[in-house]
Amino acid sequence: METILQVREIRKRYGNKEIVKGVSLSVRRGEIKVLIGPSGAGKSTLLQMINFLVFPDDGDVFLEGRRIDPGRKRELCAYRQQVGMIFQEFNLFDHLTALGNVEIGLVRVKKMDKKAARLRAMAELERVGLGDHAGKYPAELSGGQKQRVSIARALALDPKVMLLDEPTSALDPELIGEVHAVIRELGASGMTMIMATHQISFARALAHEMIFMEDGRIVEQGPPDIILDEARCARTREFCAKIGELGGRP
Amino acid sequence: MIPDELFFLYRDLAPALIRGAAVSVRLILPSAVLGFACGVLAGSCRVYGFSLLRWAAEAYVAVFRGFPLLVQLYIWYFGMPRLGLYLTPYEAAVLGFTLCSGAYHSEYIRGALLSIKRGQILAAQAIGMSRLQTLRHIILPQAVRRALPGCGNEWIYLIKYSSLAYMVTCIELTGEGKIVASSTFKYTEVFAAVGFVYLLFVTLATWILKGLEKRLTLPGFEFHRV
Repeated sequence: METILQVREIRKRYGNKEIVKGVSLSVRRGEIKVLIGPSGAGKSTLLQMINFLVFPDDGDVFLEGRRIDPGRKRELCAYRQQVGMIFQEFNLFDHLTALGNVEIGLVRVKKMDKKAARLRAMAELERVGLGDHAGKYPAELSGGQKQRVSIARALALDPKVMLLDEPTSALDPELIGEVHAVIRELGASGMTMIMATHQISFARALAHEMIFMEDGRIVEQGPPDIILDEARCARTREFCAKIGELGGRP
Repeated sequence: MIPDELFFLYRDLAPALIRGAAVSVRLILPSAVLGFACGVLAGSCRVYGFSLLRWAAEAYVAVFRGFPLLVQLYIWYFGMPRLGLYLTPYEAAVLGFTLCSGAYHSEYIRGALLSIKRGQILAAQAIGMSRLQTLRHIILPQAVRRALPGCGNEWIYLIKYSSLAYMVTCIELTGEGKIVASSTFKYTEVFAAVGFVYLLFVTLATWILKGLEKRLTLPGFEFHRV
């Protein structure tokens, strides 16, 4: 399968602390990569740099072989539509209903006509199982429902890649399952994804490749069973053992 | 004695006050709308503008909040002709009120803009919105809701400082009252009546604002009592 997204030697420094120290990775179409590692490892910054919510100090991002120039506003906006982003804190637009949240990108960014946008948005909400909640505002939804709306919002723009930044870290244990189910289905439908998570057993079942990051660098990467059970690097083994105790094995 | 007073009220005062009140309304409404627009524009520039815009908006607010309103009105009406700008008393008053009120509104709007969480902006950028789209479709609709109580306060002030218009010979409610009072020497009665009309305006505005707040409120945007 061809490479769809490529990141080359990307770096970010805040003050005199380097958060991401030259990371490269490439994702093939339909591939699911999972980033694991302790807090502060740079996972979140890496994901946010991939769609330039954080501007990298150095390094390049390529989508389908084309280098993205974040200085060109129009090109950047067009690129971001093709790369869906899911945040830990959902970040739904608080003044819009669930339907409004999904619709607004179609109407304002894709300039789709209102009726078509409404139909499309409704279909996306149904896809994540929230057809009955279309008229509710974020304040009236549970955390799990909010995260599913935010997934629908990203999917409505037909992204080529989805970036998920700890999508279930802010959720009640009881609500994690519904979000995992939606992500699992997304994977089954062939969506390309890069996801940061601490949910090890979920990640093991979903990922094609796991990437262990620490201190702004990729320490080790490979198939989930290898990384989780037979990692070559001692630090990876230590981290996976600890997080495995918490998350349990499948 | 009493019929005489009633006669004065009916023949002299009421027509003058009605005439004046009509002028006041014609001063207040456009100044309220334009001032608010000015405030949104200046507030947005102060928070999200590029450096030159931000600097210009800061300077605007500093000057128009710093000069007494009466002095501003004198400059617009008596001062500008020297620079070739001839304004009617009405135009000078509306211009003065708009710019002054805009400077105050901008402060309420700025506070509301700063209260918008960064996640809202990130999410808007992530679906491919430009800066302007983000401001217009995501940030302002939320900020305006949060700023409404403060802006309402400014509209209420405006109703009362519209009385300064008569100092630049735009004869509105207070001006009409002053004319009647000086020709009849019934200062107490006249200005009590004038004050009462302003009180009516303010009460009406308070109702409208309450209705507006109620209409615009959304789940998650309510103000909570302790």
